Amino acid sequence: MACFIVPAVEAVAVTAAYLATKKHEQKITAPKLSNGVQTTDSDVKITWSKRLGWLMALLWGGVLLLAFEHFWHGEVVPFPPFLSAMSSPEDTAEMLHEMATVGVSMAVTVTAFWGVMCGIAEAKVKRVKASLAKEN
Amino acid sequence: MTLLITILAAAVSTVVWYASEKRDEYKFGLLTLIYWGASLMWMMDFVFEYAELKTEYFTQSFADILNDSLLGVTVVVIGLIAWLAVLLIKDPKGMFKKRLLKK
Repeated sequence: MACFIVPAVEAVAVTAAYLATKKHEQKITAPKLSNGVQTTDSDVKITWSKRLGWLMALLWGGVLLLAFEHFWHGEVVPFPPFLSAMSSPEDTAEMLHEMATVGVSMAVTVTAFWGVMCGIAEAKVKRVKASLAKEN
Repeated sequence: MTLLITILAAAVSTVVWYASEKRDEYKFGLLTLIYWGASLMWMMDFVFEYAELKTEYFTQSFADILNDSLLGVTVVVIGLIAWLAVLLIKDPKGMFKKRLLKK
């Protein structure tokens, strides 16, 4: 009915966090680069802005395609109130229940998947760093 | 069918991302994440629907399967258009810049 709204709200929050993190990281790295500090292999790391960028793509991608699916089924309409379930109190209650169950599960699943992805990427970086340290 | 087609698109785009040397240039990672995000969300939708309908979920009419398949293909195309839009806006190869400087 409107389950994609929950991941959409999360996507907005993650986008805000991504923009703030990117700005913060630029503030830290810009003075270093202007002072001619060279990055080495041991500096290689997955920044938080990159990690949040992954979550952002997962969430916005899913929300876009699910919103279209709801449009296809006539659950999202191009005129106010935009959600067909808002037309009667019974449908609205059902929609809110679906958002609380299916919507929240979707947001949690995508976030958990992203957590695993970050864990694997972090482990890979550690392994590469260890092999580089051995070589030197 | 929508879920299956989206998972297939996610798997194919992941293979392309893994095999391509130009994965960063063409932002194949973004395409992969778009499809995986949608696949995960529809997977949860499937879990809830299956819990409600049980095996009845798999006994759909031909018309429903056809409609779902068409939706799946449309969704894959929309994912491709979204990826293409980001690619053209970010323009990692600087094609637009080169064309503008040429004139």
